[in-house]
Amino acid sequence: MEEVAFFAGAIGALSGAIAVVALRNPFYSVLALVVHLVALAGLFLTLHAEFIAAAQVVVYAGAVMVLYVFVAAYVGGVEEPEFEPIAGQRILAPLLAGALFVELSIAVLGTGLKSIGGEGPTIPLGFGSPKSIGELLLERFLIAFEAASILLLVAAVGAVVLAARKRQEPPIVVEGN
Amino acid sequence: MAIEWYLVLSALLFSVGAGGVLVRRSPLVVLLCLELMLNAGSLALISFSRSIGNEDGHVFALVVMVVAACEVVVGLGLIVAMFRRRLPLNIDEMRELRG
Amino acid sequence: MSATTFGWLVVGFPLLGSIVIALGHRAWPGKVAGLIGTAAIGAAFLSSLGAFAALLDQPIEERQLTSALWDYGSAVGLDINLGILVDPLAVVMCLVVTGVSTLIHLYSVAYMGSDRGYARFFSYLNFFVFSMLLLILAGNFVLLIVGWAFVGFASYALISFWYRRETATKAGMKAFVINVVGDIGLVLAAFLIFRELGTFDYLTVFEEARSQFDTNDGTVVAICLLLLVGAFAKSAQIPFHTWLPDAMEGPTPVSALIHAATMVTAGVYLIARAHPLFELAPTAADIAAFVGLATLIVAATIALVVTDLKRIIAYSTMSQIGYMIVGVSIGAYTAGIFHLMTHAFFKALLFMAAGSVIAAMAGRQNIDGMSGFRRAMPFTSLVLIVGALALAGFPGMSGFFSKDEILVFAAERGGMYWIFAIGGYAAAFLTAFYAFRIGFRVVTGEPCDEARELERGHLVHGEHSNPATGEKEDTEVGFPGPEHHIAERAFPMRVAMGALAVLSIIGGVIQIPGVSAGMEHFLEGTFEESELFHIVPSEGSAYLGLLAGGAMAIAGIALAYLLYVRRPGATLGLRDRARGVHDFLFNRWFFDELIDAVIYRPAIRTGRFANEVVERVVVDGIVNATTGAVREVGVLVRGAQSGFVRAYALLLLGGFAALALYFLVVSS
Repeated sequence: MEEVAFFAGAIGALSGAIAVVALRNPFYSVLALVVHLVALAGLFLTLHAEFIAAAQVVVYAGAVMVLYVFVAAYVGGVEEPEFEPIAGQRILAPLLAGALFVELSIAVLGTGLKSIGGEGPTIPLGFGSPKSIGELLLERFLIAFEAASILLLVAAVGAVVLAARKRQEPPIVVEGN
Repeated sequence: MAIEWYLVLSALLFSVGAGGVLVRRSPLVVLLCLELMLNAGSLALISFSRSIGNEDGHVFALVVMVVAACEVVVGLGLIVAMFRRRLPLNIDEMRELRG
Repeated sequence: MSATTFGWLVVGFPLLGSIVIALGHRAWPGKVAGLIGTAAIGAAFLSSLGAFAALLDQPIEERQLTSALWDYGSAVGLDINLGILVDPLAVVMCLVVTGVSTLIHLYSVAYMGSDRGYARFFSYLNFFVFSMLLLILAGNFVLLIVGWAFVGFASYALISFWYRRETATKAGMKAFVINVVGDIGLVLAAFLIFRELGTFDYLTVFEEARSQFDTNDGTVVAICLLLLVGAFAKSAQIPFHTWLPDAMEGPTPVSALIHAATMVTAGVYLIARAHPLFELAPTAADIAAFVGLATLIVAATIALVVTDLKRIIAYSTMSQIGYMIVGVSIGAYTAGIFHLMTHAFFKALLFMAAGSVIAAMAGRQNIDGMSGFRRAMPFTSLVLIVGALALAGFPGMSGFFSKDEILVFAAERGGMYWIFAIGGYAAAFLTAFYAFRIGFRVVTGEPCDEARELERGHLVHGEHSNPATGEKEDTEVGFPGPEHHIAERAFPMRVAMGALAVLSIIGGVIQIPGVSAGMEHFLEGTFEESELFHIVPSEGSAYLGLLAGGAMAIAGIALAYLLYVRRPGATLGLRDRARGVHDFLFNRWFFDELIDAVIYRPAIRTGRFANEVVERVVVDGIVNATTGAVREVGVLVRGAQSGFVRAYALLLLGGFAALALYFLVVSS
């Protein structure tokens, strides 16, 4: 049962990811990312991270992606030219990404870490619940929590500044005859 | 499922995202690929958190989500500003770093 | 005061004078600079007299006194200090140098009167006298070289005194370059001395040399030959003589002082001073004597035909120095130094008279235009004849005794040395002839235009131009002044010339064979351990020699009288008939051309080769290749800065992958 859930989520996430990279129309890419995010939320659930899964769907897929959709609609589709100005990019990029994947896999699979290579310890009942997350946020990770809040504030102000229209200046009146 | 499945999946998603950043030219799609990479990271965090047995990874993943959101806000604001000024939405056009 | 204190004063006064004049050279009004200069040298002369008197107080064995002011280098083994050696030889030289210099300064006070560089002249002149005295009084080889180099510089500064005249500056450079060649020889000799004997101090060197070297040991011969290079360059002996005639570009007082009485005698002084070394290396001494002989003959022949008045006198100097070199090389130290003294008197006198005549000719120096000045310039004519008589060695004059004593000594040594006696007497005949070539041409005969004008009381003013090339000049700083000064109208000039004329006549009394031996007795203090010094010719051979010398002199004067007074114009006919010989002599035996071909041209060619090939192709090539390579590497690296963000991201990813690979490999 677990395996089915895992593979379902994995295939969903992977296909969403590939679709994001491969699709020409950026609007379709956005939608593909949404699919990816939801699949990822499912994977989180299999890992007993209920709160994070919910946050993923509500915040990420719900709010951030909606933002993307708005901007994609506003900006419209950008036709990317076929010609690649950087020599070798089309070949080297997949190559290096693949190399990176291989290396990371080797690192993971060949590791001597004891915690990997099993399902992990038995977890208590409230693992991943909002209650325990909340406790952590307000006790151990209070500073991180507050810093993240400030970051959000700064980002919001920054976004407003970036997108503001320039106001028309009133004409200067010259005194005298 | 053993944890390494999740970790390998996370590595795969990360690589796909990295390749996407390098290959696509539209800034919007590049941001999307960056999202992919960030989420892959979150997946890895959650997996480790499960294998260790406490929820520190969950909090970390939450903060990653916050940061991603902020980054998206600013990035999209930049894209909108570029669009408003009729600049070409193509990363290759921004070559001021050329030496 | 002790002799060494006087010694320091002798050196100090001219230096002080030079500095004082130089510091205020724009400020000294009128003739003040000249008077300061003359006073400084006069004080040096008085100090020399003091040193002389102080030495006479000492017993003969103890007349070599040293004194050092401070050490220059007392590092490992070096013993260089600022030290002087006051001994009879040095004192005689100082007396001659300061005495004649005082008179020449006095002459210059009037002669250089209208020159715009008046103060500069006296500063240089004082500096020259200081350098010469430093050279003479030096107590070790290093200070000798210092004085030697200073003298070379002073000579250059004074020859090129009229620095806007191109011929003068070229002559100055020529003199300086040849002098530097001599300096090299001197420095190398000093190195060798230090390496072999471990010291630079004269007295120590001479003592050690006697115990360390066998006769004609290769090293001591080498040292002496190197010293000779220096001596010949300074004293204008063949083959280093070509600078002396050109040095006549300097003002006449400079010619009188430097190129007659003092600087050119430095070589003679050096050989006399280093006599212990030369006596240990008879080969080198003989070489020196032969060079001196060659020079005295060659120079005498050239003086027969050249037409520039000062150059005739210059070649005469060269010839007479040849006599002195022969003298001190074969061991006739007394006679050599004696001749140095008398020659200083009459040669300076001749130059002074020549200066007066040239002034009357409005700066022109060619004797072809000069004649019949006896009525227009009686005083000048008189002293000119006196000087010529002394030069010729007319019986009773100072030159008579001094020159012939050298030749008698040569005959006394016998064997090979007869050649010096024979050559010397032959040249004495030529000397008498050319001395009166000048004398009769200038003084007797129909007065030339300038003389006629002068008889009427009017000094001719020509337009100012270079006497050699005829180029126009002005009279500002760097060129001669507007006025010309003749002896008849300038009292200081008459005083100086008169004093020298008297000395030229009576100067011989201190060393008349069989009557007096003043010079010999005094010099005993320096030369007492020399065998050669103590060879004294018998009175009989001495009188015979004097007789021969007198006969030569009278014969030469008679021939000159015949050719120039009885039959004026006869020499022109002679010249036409012996055109080949005349031209050879007139071109000064082609020595300048020889040096040009043998030394100058190869050097220029080497320099050009070095510039075009080594410098341009090799050195520049390497440097440019290096910079080119660096630039190319830069261009290559710049290719990576494309400006494409995605390319940078690619590199980032690539680097990260490589790093991960590294860690994987390392940890496995």
